[in-house]
Amino acid sequence: MARIIVVTSGKGGVGKTTTSAAMAMGLALKGHRTAVIDFDVGLRNLDLIMGCERRVVYDFVNVINGESTLNQALIKDKRCDKLFILPASQTRDKESLTVEGVGKVLEDLSKDFEFIVCDSPAGIERGATLAMYYADDAIVVTNPEVSSVRDSDRMLGILASKSRRAEQGEEPIKEYLLLTRYSPERVKLGEMLSVEDVQDILSLHLLGVIPESKAVLNASNSGVPVILDEKSDAGQAFSDVVRRYLGEHVTHRFIDVEKKSIFGRLFGG
Amino acid sequence: MGLLDYFRNTRPSTASIAKERLQILVAHERSERNRPDYLPMLQKELLEVIRKYVNVDQDAISVTMEQDDKREILELNIILPDDSQRKKPNRR
Repeated sequence: MARIIVVTSGKGGVGKTTTSAAMAMGLALKGHRTAVIDFDVGLRNLDLIMGCERRVVYDFVNVINGESTLNQALIKDKRCDKLFILPASQTRDKESLTVEGVGKVLEDLSKDFEFIVCDSPAGIERGATLAMYYADDAIVVTNPEVSSVRDSDRMLGILASKSRRAEQGEEPIKEYLLLTRYSPERVKLGEMLSVEDVQDILSLHLLGVIPESKAVLNASNSGVPVILDEKSDAGQAFSDVVRRYLGEHVTHRFIDVEKKSIFGRLFGG
Repeated sequence: MGLLDYFRNTRPSTASIAKERLQILVAHERSERNRPDYLPMLQKELLEVIRKYVNVDQDAISVTMEQDDKREILELNIILPDDSQRKKPNRR
């Protein structure tokens, strides 16, 4: 049985797809067979972030409607043979997704994969509620900013009441906080909510902090999940997140302002 | 930290304003989320019953649900008008 992870947030533009791509690649690099599914029907973008946009033939909706098999639609990643991408449909609308249809695809994937990462669309409509419906774990991606924190809390309410686990009275979805676009410098100046502030408000287990980083745009520009940029701060932060998710104890980094070297102090580098 | 910074920091930071606003908002939204679905209907029907006997305003009644680990408390609060405004019960 696969573990189903939903990457969700409520608010758009906080880093769900970046996180989904990085998590899926990270899990696969650790040797786990992983599938990542784009639930943003009509506005697919995971393919672009993963760099496989020109290899899309069939999509999630085709599989649900029986127009293609799962194996025909799954795209094998060229960098890691344990990773597969199931793209969203670009032409249909989100009404094409049904509880039964999604359930069947996830069930079939479960036979073959260890982890299934569901990249949720923004909002709280069909695509988003279906992305989290079957989840075992939820990664709530949040920016240290008022509207994102509020939407994350709203999402937590939905996870706790509208998921399969909630409806069937099973053990609730495990919820993790991933704080992204974090700027320790601005936190220090009192211009940005700190990790502790966000945790106080949401009372969630902290999976990791991803610093605001130029590496993220560079990665999406070139269609390479940022976790593969091992030299970058964001890449390293995502590697830590994957290890933590897999149960390793990894100390949190990128939370405090880095001390400048003497050279840096002298020249303001 | 220089002397100038010391004076600058007497004003609350925007981050602390954000935190305070969020704490209030999130607490409020959570309490609404945990309300049972029947609460608005219950409130409406109770109001109708009370209005048969006493002339009260729409907002003179409040129904709240509080929850802690052990129990749920349904609190019903009705503000009755002054004596002069009350309907006189029909007497034969």
